[in-house]
Amino acid sequence: MMSLKALLRLASLLIGTLLMGSAYAQDEGHDHGEIAHDHAEEAPATVADAHTIAHAEQGGGKFNAGKLIMDHIGDEHGWHLWGHTTLPLPVILFDTQRGLQVFSSSRFEHGHATYEGYALNESEVVAVNAAGNVDEAATANIWDISITKNVLSLFISLAILLVIFISVAKAYTRRAGQAPTGMQNLLEPIILFVRDDVAKSAIGEHKYQKYMPYLLTAFFFIFLNNLMGLVPFFPGGANLTGNIAVTLVLALITFVIVTINGNKNYWGHILAMPGVPKWVLFILTPVEILGMFLKPFVLMIRLFANMAAGHIIALSFFCLIFVFGETNAGAGYGVSIMSLAFTVFMSMLELLVAFIQAYVFTFLSAMYIGAALEAPHEHKESII
Amino acid sequence: MLLVSLVEPSFGLIFWMTLSFLIVLFILRKFAWKPILNGLKEREASIADALNEAKKMREDMAKMAASNEEIMRQAREDRELLLKEARDIRDKEISEAKVRAKAEGDAILTRARADIQNEKNAAITEMKNQVASLSILVAERILKDKLETGAAQHTLVDKVMAEAELRKS
Repeated sequence: MMSLKALLRLASLLIGTLLMGSAYAQDEGHDHGEIAHDHAEEAPATVADAHTIAHAEQGGGKFNAGKLIMDHIGDEHGWHLWGHTTLPLPVILFDTQRGLQVFSSSRFEHGHATYEGYALNESEVVAVNAAGNVDEAATANIWDISITKNVLSLFISLAILLVIFISVAKAYTRRAGQAPTGMQNLLEPIILFVRDDVAKSAIGEHKYQKYMPYLLTAFFFIFLNNLMGLVPFFPGGANLTGNIAVTLVLALITFVIVTINGNKNYWGHILAMPGVPKWVLFILTPVEILGMFLKPFVLMIRLFANMAAGHIIALSFFCLIFVFGETNAGAGYGVSIMSLAFTVFMSMLELLVAFIQAYVFTFLSAMYIGAALEAPHEHKESII
Repeated sequence: MLLVSLVEPSFGLIFWMTLSFLIVLFILRKFAWKPILNGLKEREASIADALNEAKKMREDMAKMAASNEEIMRQAREDRELLLKEARDIRDKEISEAKVRAKAEGDAILTRARADIQNEKNAAITEMKNQVASLSILVAERILKDKLETGAAQHTLVDKVMAEAELRKS
């Protein structure tokens, strides 16, 4: 258990380093443009944040834009709705010393209070000793599986997916062979798009069917959550697809599917690329093995970075208002007009990005699956 | 440090995401994607079938139209033929009838001529007979008148006897 936690921390450090060195943003030329596009995300989310900003100003003296943005695109225990109203969410802790602990996030009183030896430290639950100081050793024992804002948002979006698609599926059985109506009509072109332009084109006519459920679920999950991220108020506004844990799980599922379904040809190309001199293999094989992990890694980073960047940019525009407002109220009002205009524009762009990112993730997943299933002869042709 | 906290995947979210996403994936696979994809496939198949059928029907119609045309043409030809035959037959009948009529007329004429000849002959014979009997009657009456008296008879006998004697000598 401990080693897993250490691994997560190590992974995050690694990712952080890569991002800061922008090794990744440059890696795929593709991404480049998209990241540039992406600055929009959450105009709305930002509105919700205006409250937080006001709050921060009242409470904390000097306005800290960086912290506000990070707080918004991060996760939180409890869902800030408006003003001083926060929806309390259950905190679920698995403490290896004290067992399962379940209590409401309102017990923390927005991080001001400690409860039964637990406290909030920068939105993270930590163990505190009697003096109120963070107890590092005890904190290491805590496995936080609270229903946080993001988890609740995840449940809501999954519930929406279930309701929508099961009702649409009923329409297909009830009105078999007839023209689609209503919701069915709205979703059918997208389902067909995923089937024909993503699965069929990347995996191939014969084998695509097996992977359709995952591709469709991933596509609609990403698309729905991207869109929900654009909605400023509950139940939207969470930055779920811009959260690395979510994209990590999605990319991991793609990785597992690719690895499980990889055929002899696929492994052959990774471990010993045919038609290549033996000595080259000493270099090539490690590169190929690295590539195997890099592909899902890129999937994870791309979606996360695109959506998070969108949130950050949109929030930054709004923070500008308050940064200027702090020096001069008039400047704040002046900047607000420009910020609003930019944010509206960015939101429009984000609508497009919401779809594009869902498409890109699904399409690349399908490509990787397709590569794992490729028949040997096709490959030889491509080499020649 | 802020950026690092941003890219640090939280255990709780990974846990819930994996669990709930997989559950939803399996539920959707069974209760949503399967019927939806099947429905789509069936509808596409039925549309493709319908299109093929329509195409076949169109081809059949074209074929039928062609065959109709053929039948019409055939019928027209048949009609022409029939009319021609009918005309021929009529012409033939007419000419035959003419020939027959002529022959009959000729026969009648011949018969009539023969009859006339017969009648004529009969009439001539009759006339001859009547002339003969009339002549006899006339001769008889003359004789009767001439030889009514005995003297006349004696004269005649004497004259015949004289003649007979003359010849003897």
